Amino acid sequence: MNVDTRPAAADLSGLRADFPILSQKIRGLPLVFLDSAASAQKPRVVIEAMREAMETQYANVHRGLHWMSERTTDAYESVRDAVAALINAASREEIVFTRNSTEAINLVAHSFGRGILRPGQAVVISEMEHHSNIVPWQMLRDAHGIELRVCPVSDAGELDLAALGELLADRRVGLVSVTHMSNVLGTYVPARRVARLAHEHGARVLFDGSQAIVHRRIDVQAIEADFYAFTGHKLYGPTGIGVLWARRELLEAMPPFLGGGDMIGTVRFERSTWAAIPHKFEAGTPAILEAIGLGAAIRYVETVGYAAIAAHEAALTDHALAIVSAVPGLRILGAAQDRGGVVSFTMENAHAHDVATLLDRQGIAVRAGHHCAEPLMARFGVESTARASFALYTTRAEVDALAAGLHRVREFFA
Amino acid sequence: MFDDLRDLYQDVILDRARHPRHGGRLAAFDATAEADNPMCGDRVRVWIARDDAGRLGGVGYEGCGCAISLASADLMAEAVIGKDAAAAREAAARFESLARGGTLTSDDPAFGPLGVFAGVAEFPSRVKCATLPWGALVAALGGGA
Repeated sequence: MNVDTRPAAADLSGLRADFPILSQKIRGLPLVFLDSAASAQKPRVVIEAMREAMETQYANVHRGLHWMSERTTDAYESVRDAVAALINAASREEIVFTRNSTEAINLVAHSFGRGILRPGQAVVISEMEHHSNIVPWQMLRDAHGIELRVCPVSDAGELDLAALGELLADRRVGLVSVTHMSNVLGTYVPARRVARLAHEHGARVLFDGSQAIVHRRIDVQAIEADFYAFTGHKLYGPTGIGVLWARRELLEAMPPFLGGGDMIGTVRFERSTWAAIPHKFEAGTPAILEAIGLGAAIRYVETVGYAAIAAHEAALTDHALAIVSAVPGLRILGAAQDRGGVVSFTMENAHAHDVATLLDRQGIAVRAGHHCAEPLMARFGVESTARASFALYTTRAEVDALAAGLHRVREFFA
Repeated sequence: MFDDLRDLYQDVILDRARHPRHGGRLAAFDATAEADNPMCGDRVRVWIARDDAGRLGGVGYEGCGCAISLASADLMAEAVIGKDAAAAREAAARFESLARGGTLTSDDPAFGPLGVFAGVAEFPSRVKCATLPWGALVAALGGGA
């Protein structure tokens, strides 16, 4: 007897009312927003938290001896605790606020890459990386004599672990930096297996969790990661705030990234000393309001619960894969066993942009293009795809609308 | 549902995207250039060959892109064959204002068929699709004099 061990799909439709923007109509049609993997919509609690901070308790952080600054510092620093709890970091000092995932990865490429890695060592990325996890390593390669190695993905869109083992075999790899969930294929990478493989060969491991953390609970200790990067705006928070988590001993060993205020111990013209972690990596006035917004987003996600979110999105994704793939001439990229709520596809006789424009006319927002993953497009022999992505507020009716819309697009271009 | 989209996807555009008349590279050419749209990955390469009088004797193109950009390349080739470089550049400028502003500002009969792109102006995110091949043409005109 087959037993479905997955939890039953949760009914989250009541949560749509928490997102003011979702009640909008586009050209008189209800908005079907299927582009959350690019950036998610914001619940009212996030909007309110940022507004309230500006109206009642705003000043710069870590500077003033006055009431306002102390309150703002408390609010800002409490988000560090919330992030540490969210991803089960060993301590709050391991949480570094950045602008986004891109900046977090650049921080590692710069500080760990130039400060710890030695010329002649290698960094391994994969074929399914976002440009933000490719270009910083190319810059490191060119500036610091680091070799860049690329781990292939299978036709199903899964990381080739055997190939990864071979890339690590000469023990010259200092860091494996891969996505935790592909923004194009939806593939979840088996993070702990990758981490163990890396560690067995003397390499550290970074996961780009920009997509992964939106859909599942992340435990950085359980997956045995060394670095984990994510961004706030995909996690229902505002833009301009991201997170780098790293093991304490790594952050302590790494030189600073940006120099300026807030990251110093003492400053003399002869030399300066650095603040303790995490402030060593947070130069200048941080994104105070955005951090407060991220804190509200994390509380919101925790209240809904990752178990409910994961079950809801898994059911949506299964449904989407079934009815979208039934559209004649439609090809879905990737068929990973373990995947999140992202479905990329091409349509025979219609370019992804044309598909997106015709869907848009039906009030359906999808992304079309190369999704900042040109090497992955080349790997699958396509120039671009259209992509539908799901969030906790996505409904089954929206997925049905997508499939119906795609049938109409096909007829238009037939 | 798609009635208003017929302004964008006129039959001529759909037909040219599917059945190009001028697609392909030229076997013998004087200059070639590529234009790409880094936002979406679309690319068009244009080849030009000049005749003895210095006019465009042949124009060919290859590219990967949407119906708008491919149809634009095909109709562009048709419109500029027989023109000299200055006239082709002027056509490019007029096409740009057509795609952005939606109004045909030329009484040149060769320009007439390009009027089907007037509807693009209503779709700001698609203007670049229509102008992409013209960018490649202008670049090719600029090189290999």
